[in-house]
Amino acid sequence: MTTIAVPTLPETAPRAPNQYFEFCKQQPLGAISFVVIVVMMFAGIFSPLVASHDPLAIDFAGILSAPSWEHWCGTDAYGRDICSRLIYGSRTALVIGFTSSFLGSTFGAILGIASAYFGGKIDDWIQRFVDVLLAFPLIVLALVVVAAFRKFVVGGVDVNLIVAIAIPIIPRVARVVRAAALSVRVMPYVDAARAAGYSHTRIIFRHMAPNVTAPYLIMLTAFIAQAILAEASLSFLGLGVTEPTAAWGLMLSGNAADFYREAPWMILFPGVMISLAVFAFNLFGDSLRDFLDPRFKV
Amino acid sequence: MLRYTVNRVLLMIPTLIGVAVLVFFLLRVVPGDIVEVKLRGDGGNVSQEVIEQERKRLGLDRPLVTQFGEWMFGMAKGDFGISMWTERPVIEEIKLRLELSLQVALMATIFAVLLAVPMGTFAALFRDTWIDYTVRILTIGGLSIPSFWFGMLIMLSLLAFFNWLPPITFTPIYVDPWANLTQLVWPAMAVGYRYCAVVARMIRSSLLEVLNEDYIRTARAKGVYEKLVVSRHALRNALLPAITVIGLEFTFLIGGLVVTEQVFNLNGIGQLFVQSVSRNDFMLIQGMVMLIAAFYVFVNLIIDLLYAVFDPRIRYDT
Repeated sequence: MTTIAVPTLPETAPRAPNQYFEFCKQQPLGAISFVVIVVMMFAGIFSPLVASHDPLAIDFAGILSAPSWEHWCGTDAYGRDICSRLIYGSRTALVIGFTSSFLGSTFGAILGIASAYFGGKIDDWIQRFVDVLLAFPLIVLALVVVAAFRKFVVGGVDVNLIVAIAIPIIPRVARVVRAAALSVRVMPYVDAARAAGYSHTRIIFRHMAPNVTAPYLIMLTAFIAQAILAEASLSFLGLGVTEPTAAWGLMLSGNAADFYREAPWMILFPGVMISLAVFAFNLFGDSLRDFLDPRFKV
Repeated sequence: MLRYTVNRVLLMIPTLIGVAVLVFFLLRVVPGDIVEVKLRGDGGNVSQEVIEQERKRLGLDRPLVTQFGEWMFGMAKGDFGISMWTERPVIEEIKLRLELSLQVALMATIFAVLLAVPMGTFAALFRDTWIDYTVRILTIGGLSIPSFWFGMLIMLSLLAFFNWLPPITFTPIYVDPWANLTQLVWPAMAVGYRYCAVVARMIRSSLLEVLNEDYIRTARAKGVYEKLVVSRHALRNALLPAITVIGLEFTFLIGGLVVTEQVFNLNGIGQLFVQSVSRNDFMLIQGMVMLIAAFYVFVNLIIDLLYAVFDPRIRYDT
């Protein structure tokens, strides 16, 4: 048997060296939101250096004190410095938000590409399954998964929470990526790869996946926003991250609402942080979409 | 049309069965159940024997397939089982709270649609002016601000400006409309903000698309007043995709209610759902999931039928 020479495909399209500059010029709002994201990541990674206080240090002499030079955002009912807790909270939000969005989007993308690639019966079944999962709002499905799995914390990270938020993301990404993959499937290079006898796995990962990168990246960014919101909601409900870990949603839950009158800063600042983070990722996702693929609609 | 309707109704059944299978087995992937939460939850030392007995009483010792079959047969007869925590029928637990949540959801819808239609329309008509930018910032805010925090801000400002908080006990609207509305209008606003944002964005983008169509140019060319062009020609067509979003977001309001009812301390469906999750009350969770799914499927059916009424091309006879 003679081997058939398959022309090697360029890994990715050649890119202009100034594409970052181009992005900033075309999408100024996107660039600003990216700066916000970077600042938050910086605060999350270097929390111990940035924060002025220990986020867990209880000080009963200084409970519910108003914002001052010592405590920029005031202190909570245990006298803990709210500003430091917000900085450590960005770590929780970003770790859970990024990991669950990454897992959910990746599994969703693989499912979507496989669905489009195999077609026929397999496609029908996968789509039926996706339809079933889509019948629920993200937070409701996440709550069901939270009920199903026990609390499982590894190295200070709530694994059960990540799984609970990742699962509802899968069908949403799978549907969008499938639509993109359907148009890739009929490309000559996929036929060529098939004719060359490559395995299904290789075709899916090496030939089709790189060509649906744009929708994948857009969905990944957009769902980080959703995941941060979901984590905050679950923690707020007392079903996510638990005390004394610093998490934005958790700072709003429990007795925080009882201090409307005495300490409005307790509910003001954590909410601002959640909104800012979600806002930044939403805006960045939007700009990324306009930049990478203007015709693409979520 | 009749054939299309029947077809669509029959298509609902496999989806609902899929939801039932999924939720039933998902909840039982990890061993451990309500009995342990109920009896050992407070750190109490309860012997294994007592736990086994309680399991037997609740019928949890039987094979999963038997339990599933029984649940499915019960549902076919309209019996959704008994809450494992309160031991009252699931239907009754839901019925008690449905009125409140449904009212908040309806009020949120009215609030959202009334605001979203003018917002989306003006943003599209005055594209890239300060009106458009304001609407876009407001709507992205609606997608980003968590509804529970927005609810807290509403409470906080009521307290700061009027030194008043909404009543805590629920009064049905037919008993005392004023007390009812002053209590529920705030949570409706809190969940309605996101709803309004989603619908306004949809109307803006679909109106922008429609305004480029040939028939709009024709209408303008034959001298139709601009007002009429917008209301009769453009908006009528742009609202069709908006109907889908309004319908789908209505079913997804439960997601917002789950957290918002907690803030306003309303004893509705959302709070019941959170309670049943934290108590591992599987029967109640299953019942509510089926309710949400049935509602979603039903609203989808209505959307499809509305589409078929408005757009004759969809009435394909298959």
